[in-house]
Amino acid sequence: MFSFILRKLATVIPTFIGITLVAFALIRMIPGDPIEVMVGERKLDPVMHAAAMQRLGLDQPLHIQYFRYVKDLAQGDLGISLVTREPVTKEFLTLFPATVELAICALLFAVLVGLPAGMIAGLKRGSVFDHGVMGVSMTGFSMPIFWWGLILIMYFSVTLGWTPVSGRIDIEFDIAQRTGFLLIDSWLSGEEGAFKSAAMHLILPTIVLGTIPLAVIARMTRSSMLEVLREDYIRTARAKGLAPTRVVVVHALRNALIPVITVIGLQVGSLLGGAVLTETIYSWPGIGKWLVDSISRRDYPVVQAGILVSATIFIVVNLFVDILYGVVNPRIRSAK
Amino acid sequence: MSLLKIRNLRVEFGSLAHPFPAVDGLDFDIDRGELVGIVGESGSGKSVTMMALMGLIDAPGRVTADELVFDGHDLLKLKPAQRRKIVGKDISMIFQDALTSLNPSYTVGFQIKESLKVHMGLRGAALEKRALELLELVEIPAAKSRLGAYPHQLSGGMNQRVMIAVAIACNPKLLIADEPTTALDVTIQAQIMDLLERLQKEHNMGLIMITHDLAVIAEMAKRICVMYAGQVVEQAPVADLFRAPRHPYTQALLEAIPEHSKGARRLSALPGIVPGHYDRPKGCLLSPRCRYAQDKCSQERPALLDGVRCYYPLNAEGESTHG
Repeated sequence: MFSFILRKLATVIPTFIGITLVAFALIRMIPGDPIEVMVGERKLDPVMHAAAMQRLGLDQPLHIQYFRYVKDLAQGDLGISLVTREPVTKEFLTLFPATVELAICALLFAVLVGLPAGMIAGLKRGSVFDHGVMGVSMTGFSMPIFWWGLILIMYFSVTLGWTPVSGRIDIEFDIAQRTGFLLIDSWLSGEEGAFKSAAMHLILPTIVLGTIPLAVIARMTRSSMLEVLREDYIRTARAKGLAPTRVVVVHALRNALIPVITVIGLQVGSLLGGAVLTETIYSWPGIGKWLVDSISRRDYPVVQAGILVSATIFIVVNLFVDILYGVVNPRIRSAK
Repeated sequence: MSLLKIRNLRVEFGSLAHPFPAVDGLDFDIDRGELVGIVGESGSGKSVTMMALMGLIDAPGRVTADELVFDGHDLLKLKPAQRRKIVGKDISMIFQDALTSLNPSYTVGFQIKESLKVHMGLRGAALEKRALELLELVEIPAAKSRLGAYPHQLSGGMNQRVMIAVAIACNPKLLIADEPTTALDVTIQAQIMDLLERLQKEHNMGLIMITHDLAVIAEMAKRICVMYAGQVVEQAPVADLFRAPRHPYTQALLEAIPEHSKGARRLSALPGIVPGHYDRPKGCLLSPRCRYAQDKCSQERPALLDGVRCYYPLNAEGESTHG
């Protein structure tokens, strides 16, 4: 098992180097530089522009800039935002918990609803339930996220007034940041109504962000279940005289979950990388929104860091999934 | 009283309006400690019959029978939960491809112990001991270390031995082996057959050996049952069947054994295939493929009389007895 993990880690290194290159190059390919964007429509004196660029170190040849970036990176320094002049790491750490909180809730929603729904649909193939689940998940999968988010706001927030429109918590609450997760912090604060407010703010973004993962998980679980139920070893399990629930839970489910775990892992990676649309619609102060804002400001260090961190999370989650995969599927573990 | 008594078993698939009988009025008996071979080509209903016996036919498949009595229990009248107390304990079954028939996610030990836990209620040290004993019984070397192995780490022959260990775990009264050696090398085939024969004798089990290869069971079985298109077409002691087959289909099967046709330049083959859903003959099911078929054969179904389902059974010289 240990060498399995080491082998997996070794494959990560080249990927990581590739990401730093891409993150560095991509943002510089967009026309305009940070100074021009800051100045905007006003006319800019070329001398002042050059001086500003020099001050930011952006006048250096690209390879020098890249090596400086990598050198800082190796020391754990993500640089300083060109716009706010704050360390990128600090900004990231304030915003990341919001993304994580939303991602965890969305994923829980997707797994807790999607897995059982897909499983039952697979077991009751061709039933009304099966058709219902597949229809709903197809709809969920094909729906544009921004439209779905707006529809929910219009109905539940505006018409019914059940949930708040946007943000993480009502403005009247001033919650001290301890964990960064507002659900926990508001609970710890002991302020009356704070936890409820935080929870209510989470509901709609959770549903919107969880919809696509839910649809994917439900479909994958169903098809995987159907496939496994046709396997010879299921016939063997039944020939042993095992009860139907034991056949499904012990013999079918474990094998059916193998591909589902991969799918869930991929979803975790993309959810943690920041939900750009959902965070924007609900003014959710997470890293998705941060990244989008920084791109329009050509805030090079922030964009580089944002891409790098998102990609790293994606890689780490995938690595974790691979390891988990090895735990669930003994055939992978011994593969050389 | 026989251990298993099947009368007029029918297994149908397809719609109620256009049913397809995979097993069509099958009668079968086996006694305690008896070894019976069932032969027939692919699609003759051998496996489906046994699946029906095990209760493994799912809707839309339909199983009916006048009698399906095992050891005094009419299986079709039992509730599913009661039936599961018999299936896997007193009747058990091994399958063709052992690797795919074992669950890839669990160790061999787990899969053997599962039956012992569910049916015998064994736990702890007794469970461990019995599992080890079973692996030794099926002649797996280094049995102790193999308990923790996964099926993909074992060879095909080893996996089939594990399957056998699972099947005999609860000392079944009847073991069904559904082409247990088809997926194995010839040398391993012989070993597995010897093992099954030994276990059958030692434990006085009824053993139904399903195969499409007559030669495989010629030496082992006392009695052979030949199936075609869901029916038993001939049933006879091995020696009689080999010396003087009475049904044209049995004759054709025997002629297809290479050792039986020494001197012939070409191996004899029966033309055509087993009838399917839409080309099931009105008369004798073999009539379109039978070289001796007469008018009567394509008009009416013959019944199983005196161990053979044919209007014109072959005589001792292998000639047809019509006109």
